[in-house]
Formats: sequence, C-alpha cells, structure tokens
Amino acid sequence: MSAPGFDVERIRKDFPVLGRELPGGRSLVYLDSGNSSQKPTQVVETMRDHLTWHYGNVGRALHVLGSESTEAYEGARDKIAAFVKAPSRDEIVFTKNASEALNLVAYAFGNPIGEDERFRIGPGDEIVISEMEHHSNIVPWQLLAQRTGATLRWFPVTDEGRLDVDGLDELVNERTKIVSIAHQSNVLGTVNSVSPILARAREVGALMMLDASQSVPHQPVDVTELGVDFVAFTGHKMAGPSGIGVLWGRRELLDAMPPFLGGGEMIEAVWMDRSTYAPVPHKFEAGTPPIVEAIGLGAAADYLTAVGMDQIKAHEKELVAYALEALPEVPGLRIIGPRTPISRGGTISFTLEGIHPHDVGQILDDVYGIAVRVGHHCARPLHLRFGIPATTRASFYLYNTTAEIDALVRGLHHVQKVFG
Amino acid sequence: MYQELILEHYKHPQGRGLRDPYDAEVHHVNPTCGDEVTLRVKVADGGKVLDVSYDGQGCSISQAAASVLHELATGSTVEESLSVVDEFTRLMQGRGQVEPDEDVLGDAVAFAGVAKFPARVKCALLAWMAYKDALMRSQA
Repeated sequence: MSAPGFDVERIRKDFPVLGRELPGGRSLVYLDSGNSSQKPTQVVETMRDHLTWHYGNVGRALHVLGSESTEAYEGARDKIAAFVKAPSRDEIVFTKNASEALNLVAYAFGNPIGEDERFRIGPGDEIVISEMEHHSNIVPWQLLAQRTGATLRWFPVTDEGRLDVDGLDELVNERTKIVSIAHQSNVLGTVNSVSPILARAREVGALMMLDASQSVPHQPVDVTELGVDFVAFTGHKMAGPSGIGVLWGRRELLDAMPPFLGGGEMIEAVWMDRSTYAPVPHKFEAGTPPIVEAIGLGAAADYLTAVGMDQIKAHEKELVAYALEALPEVPGLRIIGPRTPISRGGTISFTLEGIHPHDVGQILDDVYGIAVRVGHHCARPLHLRFGIPATTRASFYLYNTTAEIDALVRGLHHVQKVFG
Repeated sequence: MYQELILEHYKHPQGRGLRDPYDAEVHHVNPTCGDEVTLRVKVADGGKVLDVSYDGQGCSISQAAASVLHELATGSTVEESLSVVDEFTRLMQGRGQVEPDEDVLGDAVAFAGVAKFPARVKCALLAWMAYKDALMRSQA
C-alpha cells in the first residue's frame, strides 16, 4: 500500500527505540514526532564517530582534528543547503533552534546598527503573523512591536483550521514590513498556501518569512521555489539532534542585516572601540557552535534524502488519510483542523468530549505505551480561537504505521470507558 | 494513578459551585496545562471551616482533588485542615518515596500514585494551594 520502494518495516529497524519495551512490558507507540522525532542509528553513529575520532574546535584550530571538525561542520552546511535547495551554502546559518532563527530575523528590524531601509521599523509600520502560529513565531514579533512601537497584526483562522486570507489586501498593505507565518501548523496540520500571500507582500514591498519547522522534516522544501526571504527550521524534528536549528535567508538580505550575537568567530577584526564582522554565514554564528549537532543534522539530511522526501510525504499522506477515517469512530471525538487529507500534514489534534487531554494522554501512555502530546502545544492563541484549553495531538513520521493508528483508536475507546 | 476513588470524585464532584457567604475568594491557574480553579472559604469566629466552595476546569486529577479537599476541610477547623494540606503537599512532593499518613489524609491518600508523575503533581495541588491561599486571605 505504501509508495513503491518505501518499506516502513526496514525504516523502523534504523530506529532501535521503536522496538523498545517500556516499564510494565508495554511496547512503544511513538506518535509525538511533531514535538521531537526519534533519531536513526546513522545519525547517532555519525555523531559518536565524530566525537570519538575527529573532534576539535571549528574555524580556528590549525591541527588535524581542528581541520577534520571544520570540514565536517562546513560539510553539514553543504548538506543542509542541498536539502532545501538553497542557491548558496553561505545562506545557511546554523542557530540553536528555529526559535533562535526567528528571533535573529526579528532582531534585525528597527536595529540602529542596521541601515537598510527594508529593516527600518517604527510607529505606523506593521508586522503580520497568523493566529495559528507557534509561540516562537508570535513572541519575537510581539517583542519587536514593543521595542519599536510598530503594530502587530494577524491572519485569522477559519473554523476548518485554514488560514483566513479574505482580508489579505487590507491586512498586508504598504505599512507592512514583514509577514511571518507557519508553512505547516504544528497543531492543525494545515499546510499554508504561500504564493498568494507572498505575491501581496511583494506588491507592497514587505519581506516574508516562513516557520518551516513542521514542513521541512515532512515534505520536499525548495526555498527558491517558495520564493520567500527567510525560512526557519529545526534539527530535532527531522531525525537530527536537538540544539541545532537553521535560518535560510537570501544572501543580499543577510548581508544587509546587523549581527545578532557578538563574540568569537563572528568578527573580521576587533579594536577596543569597534569591530568589523565576518561575512555571512559566520557573522551570525558567534562563539563555538553546536559542532557535533550540526554534523548530526547533516547526517539526518543524508538519511532523509536516501529514503526520499517524496516517499516520506506520500507515506505520511497515507497515514493521515487513514487516521482521518479511523479517529471519528471514537464517540465524542472532534478533530481540530482540516478533516480531509488535502493540504495538510500528518499532525492531528483532537478533543474528546468531557475528558481532559491530560487524562487522555496519561491513560494512553500508562496502559498502551502510546506517546502523544497533550496541552496547547505552544499555540495558546489558536486554542483560545477554538474555545478550548487544550488538545490531544498525534503526529506521524516516516517510521509510523497504520497499526499504530489502530492502537491509538483502541486506546481512545479505552479512555472513553474509564471516564465515560 | 486513576484510583476508583479519584474517578468517583471526578464524575460526582462534592460541593462544587461557588456559594455565598464567603470570607475570601481566590483564582489559581496552572499555566502549563491551563487548569484553573476559583475557590471560596467561609470560616466561623471559632476557627471552624463552614464551607469550601469552588468551580473550575481541568483534568480528572485537579477536579477530583478539589472535591476531596471540600470533603476534608468543610466542618474541620482551620488548624486541622492546614495540617492535612501540609501532609498532602508532603505526599505530592515526595516523588512517590513518601509513606502517606492515612489517619491525617483520609480519602486524599488515593492520590499517592500521582506523586510518581511529576507533570501531574501540580494538578493535584492546584485546589489545595488555592485553599491555603484563601485561608490566609480570610485571616488577614
């Protein structure tokens, strides 16, 4: 039933934890990859090998180990650039996570160190986000608005869980400096259509950023084809380690932006009263970076590429179609987000009438070893929009199976029995 | 963790709903999960707790804990009920290593299993901390 050449049982062997027995003899059903994905042996071994045999600091050590580390770290940059089809490797900035990448861009606005008109912002100017954002694509822009007196505005979300773009022409206007939205919602699973919004942003001369934390791991992403100015994503959701994220930005914009953190390796020359800065990407990579994490992320990109991003996308589409059929069988279950497998990814959030998500998650874990996420998933405004305090979220990845969705449905029936 | 007694209190909460008269009202929130409780206390001159009334929303643990609190505190003295709160807090924060004093805790001993789940301890304590806070305000 899967895409040709895609063998989920073979893939599962690359993730030993999936075969793990939990306390009490339960087997693990991991449906929390939208939170953080598991790591294949290939990534773990690459990191172990580097730490064991090649480790030195990057960019500044002249010895063999320093050279090997630098080569591996910069090699990871090449791999990530190729993975998202960046026109230049220098457009890949390693950050701590997607949040840092978003903050980095927000910090470039209204910054007296920068001189570029496109990043000048003040009272009367506007920033546009959406109601379906993760807190990491809300709070940095709130802080920017507070710092500069600019106004924060947002796209509403429809009852079906799609971006409501009816007011696009009014919302994105000549006062707009930047539009920053999720490529794929971490709660609803919705994949947003970028081009109409980008076209309007271009019309009014605004920049556009995508939080692609939930899309880059799950579908082929080509930054050139997307045509936006900035894309942020994170390593730990795409089979890589935590502690490493990525900002992709168009070269001439990155060149025009002021530095973010100051420190070692981001400089060209330093005097006591002033400094000049290294060219991008190093201008944005102050201090010793997460070396082994970056190398691990490069290995993750290799792994995903070898499996095939098109295959992964097709597999997840099958899983989500299956789950959208199976879940509504559970009495009182309400899906928050699109109920059709069109323009949506493998993340399904839902409520069970009269039963708090924490109780749902606890029973699923305690009795069946099913790991889901419960709460507001760092998207509180979206939950307020739907008038609910929290949801239960199942999120799928390349290693999940329809049998695991069956287990989830069985588990939910049991939850109903306990609390019904 | 989901003892029969906890589920019983969750499905049939005792003393739920805000009532008059009261000496103090507090509103406590658990920011990590959005659980909330509004709680009122009415204390007689001699220090007897005449009523603990509450309303709120949240998981079974937080709602059942409020119901058990109502049963234990109403009709006891401020002093007695605070010693129950202290023992309950000690049990909840004991990471499952604390042997609960059943004589002091009564039905609240059913929550002993919750202490093994650090993420849920705050749920169990929500109404109890609100009660302690309300008592302090009523005495102020």
